[in-house]
Amino acid sequence: MSTLAHVFEEAGLATVVLASMRDVAERMAPPRALFGDFPLGRPLGHPLDIDFQRGVLDQAFATLTATSGPVLVDHPVVIVADEQPLACVLPARFDPDVAPAVDEARGLRKAYNRSFEKRGTSVGRSFDADGVPDALAAFVAIAKGADWTEAGIPGKNSIAAAHDIRSYYEEAALELVEGSPPGGRQAEAWYFERTEAGKTMLAARKAMSDQGAPFPFWFYMAPGHR
Amino acid sequence: MSGDQAMRDHAATLPVPQFDQPAFSIPVALAKAKVAIVTSAALYSRSADEEFGNADVSYRTIDRATRDLVLGHWSPNFDRSGFALDINVVYPIDRLEEMAAEAVIGSVAPRHYSFAGNQPDDVSTLRLDSGPQAAAEMKVDGVDVVLLTPV
Repeated sequence: MSTLAHVFEEAGLATVVLASMRDVAERMAPPRALFGDFPLGRPLGHPLDIDFQRGVLDQAFATLTATSGPVLVDHPVVIVADEQPLACVLPARFDPDVAPAVDEARGLRKAYNRSFEKRGTSVGRSFDADGVPDALAAFVAIAKGADWTEAGIPGKNSIAAAHDIRSYYEEAALELVEGSPPGGRQAEAWYFERTEAGKTMLAARKAMSDQGAPFPFWFYMAPGHR
Repeated sequence: MSGDQAMRDHAATLPVPQFDQPAFSIPVALAKAKVAIVTSAALYSRSADEEFGNADVSYRTIDRATRDLVLGHWSPNFDRSGFALDINVVYPIDRLEEMAAEAVIGSVAPRHYSFAGNQPDDVSTLRLDSGPQAAAEMKVDGVDVVLLTPV
C-alpha cells in the first residue's frame, strides 16, 4: 500500500493509507497514514459497525490538511483479534463409511448454502462447494501417509484447495453462530482447533512437509503461526 | 503469540523499498475532492470472473456500483470472516457514498482499483508499470484523493 501511495503522489494524487503494520509504515513513510491496531483483514476495524468505520475514515481524511509529510497518526482504539474458537455447533457423525472430515463437510452444506444466498462466497479458487468433500478425502489420505503428489488434490494446487475448504467452513460457521460478529481470528481458531477438516489440513500440511514437498505448497495451507 | 502479532513481527524483519525525495501532493478541500479506493486485498468482481493468480502483479478495476466482490488475496494469514459479513471493513465504498451524500467529501470516483498485496519483493512492476497506469486512469476520472486499504 505504501509503495502505491508514493507512486500515486508522484502522479499528483493525494493519498491516505490505512496502515495495518506500524513498523512498515514507519519505514516506508507514505505521505499520510492512519495506523489502526486492528485485526489483520479488518482495516476499518469492525464489520457491520457503520459509526466505527466512519470514524476511521474521518480520522484518515483529517490527515489531508497537513501541508508536509510524512504524517503517521495512530487510531486511538486498539482492537485485539479474539483467538477464542467460535462457539459453533458441528454436525453429528452420520456416515461411518467415510472419514470424519468428509462426513463433517457434507453436514455443513446447508449452512454454507444459507451463507451463499446472503453473501456470496470466496469458495471457488479451485473448486466449488460440491468439491469440498472429495478434496478433504485427498488430504485425509495424505495425512495418513499417502504420497502428496499422487493423492489427487483437485484443482490448481494445495494452497488453493486449502483456501476453498477453509472458506467453505468459515462461511458456513457464520450461519451457525448468533450475536455480534466474530472477533478477528475466532473463525480461524474454530476451523483449525475444533473441526475435523481443520485438524486434517494441519496434519496433511505436516505430512507434506515431512515428504519434502516444496515449502510454499505446504506452508501456505494454513496461517504461519500454526 | 497471537497470529496477528506473529505476522507483524515477521513483517518488521522484511526489507522495504526505498523512496528518495518522495512527492507530497496537496489536495483540494475534502468537501470538493473526488475520492477513489485502492486496495491490496485482491478484490475482484464475482460476475466479471477476474480472479487473481498467485503473485499476480496486475490490477482490477471495480466499478463504483459493484458489490459482488471476492477477496482474492492468496495469504492465509488474515481474517476473512469480517469481509464475508461486510465488504466495507476492507472496501468502504458504502461509507464513501454516505460521506458524499452528506457533502463531507466532494464525490465518489466512478472506478476503484484492486491489487494483490503479495507482490514480488522489489515491487518493480508496481512502481514502474501497473501503479502509474492506475494513477493515470484515476487522473482521467478526475480523482483528487486516494484511500489505500490493505488486508
